[in-house]
Amino acid sequence: MTKNKLVALGLAGLMTLFTGTASADGHALRVGVEGAYPPFSWKEADGTLKGFDIDFALEVCKRLKKECVLVEQEWDGMIPALLAKKFDTIIASMSITEERKKKVDFTVKYYNTPAKLVAKKGAGFAGTADGLKGKRLGVQRATTHQCSAEKLYPGAEIVLYATQEEVFQDLAAGRLDAQLSDSLQAYEGFLSQDAGKGFDFLGQDIDDVECQGVGAGFAVRKEDSALRDALSKTILAIRADGTYKSMNDKYFAVDIYGN
Amino acid sequence: MDGASLQRGRRPGITVTNTERTLLEYLVDISENHSPLDFMLIADHIDKFFYGALLTLEVTLISLVVGGLMAIPLALARAYRQPWLNRPIWCFTYFFRGTPLLVQTYLVYYGLAQFDVVRESFLWDPVLSSPWWCALITFSLNTAAYTTEFLRGAIENTAKGEIEAAKACGMSTLRMMRRIILPSAFRRALPAYSNEVIFMLHSSVVLSTITLQDILGVGRWLNGRYYLAYEGFITAMLFYMALVFVISRVFRLWESHWLKHLRPRETVEA
Repeated sequence: MTKNKLVALGLAGLMTLFTGTASADGHALRVGVEGAYPPFSWKEADGTLKGFDIDFALEVCKRLKKECVLVEQEWDGMIPALLAKKFDTIIASMSITEERKKKVDFTVKYYNTPAKLVAKKGAGFAGTADGLKGKRLGVQRATTHQCSAEKLYPGAEIVLYATQEEVFQDLAAGRLDAQLSDSLQAYEGFLSQDAGKGFDFLGQDIDDVECQGVGAGFAVRKEDSALRDALSKTILAIRADGTYKSMNDKYFAVDIYGN
Repeated sequence: MDGASLQRGRRPGITVTNTERTLLEYLVDISENHSPLDFMLIADHIDKFFYGALLTLEVTLISLVVGGLMAIPLALARAYRQPWLNRPIWCFTYFFRGTPLLVQTYLVYYGLAQFDVVRESFLWDPVLSSPWWCALITFSLNTAAYTTEFLRGAIENTAKGEIEAAKACGMSTLRMMRRIILPSAFRRALPAYSNEVIFMLHSSVVLSTITLQDILGVGRWLNGRYYLAYEGFITAMLFYMALVFVISRVFRLWESHWLKHLRPRETVEA
């Protein structure tokens, strides 16, 4: 056997090793979740994951008759980890945008809520490009809000955080003048909490489809179109038969499915 | 079309002339669609990486200077077992060497901000509210702790003969310290210090976790903005490698200059 053949064999062996561990075994659906985005996903003190995204993931697995393996992943590595086959789909309030579609495929949306600015009550500046000039504006890194903030408020000093929780922490501490995020998450996760006293929404809903996309969906690798279609069908079924409403009402006072 | 902008997805803004256009388009196409690494995207944002490198160097160097200056009296107090200072300094170095820099930085940045007292104090507005200051304070204390300990070792290991010779010349303790002990200790501590400088540079990635745009911060921004896995990290890595290369070169030059007398002597063969 020549040396080249040996190398080729070795490589082939390695490849099967990698793909062998990476591909789903058919019984399990490995779901990438974040766990730092209440009320959509958060982690209890004992390590269990909770939230709307988590409930949704478990319901989808149940309907697809698969075992759910929840894989926690930091937000800014979410898409790279999906592409590296650490899990098979992302269920983590990820907005469907053109930029992301270059890397991954999306199911139909499972909810759609607008983004909004949050600032101190009576902040003394408007939620516009002019008003935010020279102001410190916090956003979570690698989100649609980073995209919108850089596009809509070029004069603002944009401050990036790994998690949305850190954004609120620094807003409350007074290190930020404003922050941009999902309005519903901002209400449930901050404004309605103790830490969010004295803060309020600033300005109108953000109108920026290019950055914000058309709602949140599950992301899958581009080659997994069968999985994508199965997931889309399941989302629509959950919406149609009323299961959506009971999951929705467990967390929210309004229907978050959007138009 | 002269000056037409290339409508290639990510880069709406590149303006090129006619002749450049085909080559640039070709490169962008390779970079975006065929190359495993989108090098043209990195090239577009390389200026941000240079600004990041400036911030990394700025914070690293200032904290090394501040920490280094703090370390000299602390090391002397430790080496000479000053009764009221030795124990507290030992506690200080033990704390900063015994806990991770990331945790220390979080404590100062996120931890202190939890307290109303801190937020209402005179220290809040110019200093503790700024991530730059929080990092600088933590980094300085951290490197001061490490430098204190190995400088103490170098002072304690001063050759007896040097001290005896100084005493024989009738030098006072202060003069002996200034002329003999400290210069000699500095020289012998130089190799250990070059490690400390490089570790400090590596540790400075902590800056990116408290919202500063250092080299890694820019890398993570790039990854985040375009949903990439490698580009930002690999570029950041190359920047750190280049900086470490320069730093270790400079130290090698210094060592060959200042430590000449410690090199093994070449024996003349008979």
